[in-house]
Amino acid sequence: MPARSGNRLGRASLTVLTWIIAILFVFPIVWMVLTSFKSEGDAFTSPPRLFFEPTLEQFGNILDRGFLPYLGNSAFVTVVCTVLVLLLGVPAAYALSIAPVRGTSNALGFFLSTKMLPVVAAIIPLYVISQNLRLLDNVWALIVLYTAMNLPLAIWMMRSFFLEVPREMIEAARVDGATLPTVLLRIILPVVAPGIAATALICVIFSWTEFFYAVNLTAAQAGTVPVFLVGFITSEGLYWAQLSAAALLASLPVMIIGWFAQNHLVRGLSMGAVK
Amino acid sequence: MEIHLKGSLVIDYPPPGIFELGRATIGGYQVDAHLSKFLDEDVDEGCAAMRSATGLKVSRARPRRLAGLVLAAVLVLSGCAGAGSLGAGDQTIVVAIVANPQMTDAVALSEQFERDNPGVDLKFVQLPENQARAKITASVATEGGEFDVVMISNYEAAQWAEYGWLENLQPRIDASQGYDADDFLPSIRDSLSYRDSMYAVPFYGESSFLAYRKDLFAKAGLTMPERPTWRQVAEFARELDDKQNGIAGICLRGKPGWGESLAPFGTVMNTFGGRWFDEDWNARLSSPEVRAAAEFYVNLVRNYGSVGASSAGFSECGTNYAQGEAAMWYDATVMAGVNEDPAESKVAGKSGYVAAPVAKTEASGWLYSWALAMPKVTEHKDAAWRFMRWMTDKQYVHTVGEQLGWTRVPPGSRQSTYEIPEYQEAAKAYAQPTLDAIRSARQENVLTKPVPYQGIQFVGIPEFQDLGTRVSQQLSAAIAGQVPLDEALAQSQQYARAVGDSYQETR
Repeated sequence: MPARSGNRLGRASLTVLTWIIAILFVFPIVWMVLTSFKSEGDAFTSPPRLFFEPTLEQFGNILDRGFLPYLGNSAFVTVVCTVLVLLLGVPAAYALSIAPVRGTSNALGFFLSTKMLPVVAAIIPLYVISQNLRLLDNVWALIVLYTAMNLPLAIWMMRSFFLEVPREMIEAARVDGATLPTVLLRIILPVVAPGIAATALICVIFSWTEFFYAVNLTAAQAGTVPVFLVGFITSEGLYWAQLSAAALLASLPVMIIGWFAQNHLVRGLSMGAVK
Repeated sequence: MEIHLKGSLVIDYPPPGIFELGRATIGGYQVDAHLSKFLDEDVDEGCAAMRSATGLKVSRARPRRLAGLVLAAVLVLSGCAGAGSLGAGDQTIVVAIVANPQMTDAVALSEQFERDNPGVDLKFVQLPENQARAKITASVATEGGEFDVVMISNYEAAQWAEYGWLENLQPRIDASQGYDADDFLPSIRDSLSYRDSMYAVPFYGESSFLAYRKDLFAKAGLTMPERPTWRQVAEFARELDDKQNGIAGICLRGKPGWGESLAPFGTVMNTFGGRWFDEDWNARLSSPEVRAAAEFYVNLVRNYGSVGASSAGFSECGTNYAQGEAAMWYDATVMAGVNEDPAESKVAGKSGYVAAPVAKTEASGWLYSWALAMPKVTEHKDAAWRFMRWMTDKQYVHTVGEQLGWTRVPPGSRQSTYEIPEYQEAAKAYAQPTLDAIRSARQENVLTKPVPYQGIQFVGIPEFQDLGTRVSQQLSAAIAGQVPLDEALAQSQQYARAVGDSYQETR
């Protein structure tokens, strides 16, 4: 049975390949985690050391440098921005899918076009506007920008989820005498809930990791976690362990949220991908 | 300032201090709420006063960290633009600094300044060099006012002073008893001055010199002269290069960036007789001298440099050298701190340090300094100066030495640092070579021909950041073997000519 054994061989090599690729992708993160528990001396030995005496020294250093205000800013910006995006984006997506208004395709194209300008091209006007509005170094400047940045994406994502909702379901509910709020809350919402979760997660990730606006528009008061993180990169000195520890702390919240939302996310993304 | 409020106002004041609200128009009433230096119970009193004056619901927030944000949110949502002036009660000095080790030490020690100066709160923004430079430039140039004290280098100081962006520090320096500005190393002081006034005060200074492994030289029967030439260094590199045992002859930067590879290469170019521009702003990168320098540098790195030299900067070379993977390293004088730290370095105590190698000049080496300056728009100038003085004072050097260790002292800014016995002992391998290198780093010593610009390893014009980075990319490409050297130089000359032309037009 040459065909079957060939098939089995193919499947085995596919498995091996998957493992290799997965390890390649995960390796830098594992390495970061390992390095964050090293002392600076252990962190840059050559050849690299896999076994070492773990220490929490680096994490202590980072907390000493005032990590919490940055964490607070990031959390505040991310939560407010995500809520705003969902409040604005979900109704907009509804209007552009289930109950299309006039000029729907134009509106969709317009939303997308706002993503086409590279952020670096907009930074000077944004900086000057923020300065004139006295919003430099203010978390609200970031909230407004992140909301604007994530909104088009959220609308497009949510639209594809709304298009998944079978028309017949809505009509059947109407026939049974359901009012619009009932249809929205009891028919449509449960169907698109995973989509909302996925959209929210994407929004959280983008807001949490955004660096360019944050570094340019904040200073001492409103800095977010990525801005804090780069403070550990130095051109004169060797601080790999400390940087790794800071990076680990910075990515931990997103990893945790991602872990919990994993099921929703995968389902949500694949559901959107069908269209 | 007029504040128009609707709804409720949440006043939160966890730390008692100075509180200035100014005049607020609330629902047709004009309220003068100018309280100052109030105590905790005054907040409740102030709330009650405003409540009775306005008939609005005025309440005090529960003491929470986020309450400050709530206040800001309420004000922003009600269309008020003056939220900033409701900020802290104390004077807050915001300091933007580059995240290098000595600066991080200063941040750690700054609590002592706050203790000695009640009423002054310090806040630091620490960023890596490139981000810090971009951010500080944007803020100072647009009078953004986010920072009260900024860290700049001798590349910016004179230019920004000329544009009128910086506060002239000379009057404050002269008025500060015991600050002793004459103690600053002259070459550093001059590089931070404009029209004989200092516009920035140096935190540390550096030049460049050559580190070599004494043990490897002894084993090979070689002797490093006090003032080596580049030809000798190339010869040593050839002899000591031992790729089989993982030892490169010499580590040199090849990473693109005007502050990366162009710093060492710039000094090589200078001592080979090259220059960026002649007195009439004609680009001179296609001259035979520059070509000879570039050919020398590229060949040295390609033949006896470390693996991946075209992307190696200070940190990468530092790692290589500290791991014992290079026999020589030509770089910033501050590298000695990394090399001689037993916690980080496998070769501590095994290195000798000699002057930057030369070709046609008597001396070579660059000059660089990180210094503190005050933007013109700074509001709390006195408090800002007090902090700048603290961080650049003689006493600060002692504070670092006694509390963190003498090898962590910021080097190269003050003569007196080199007269401290403990420092001399801790830094005996490199203190004198560092001092000599910085002292001799003047244009008249390290250049062969006159130039129309300030600076040694950089051209003191704003266009240089871009020009230098482009030229350094060509250099890296040549080191990596992607582009023939002549092509790289021709391209560089073209970039430089475009810049030079604009200066010829405006003359």
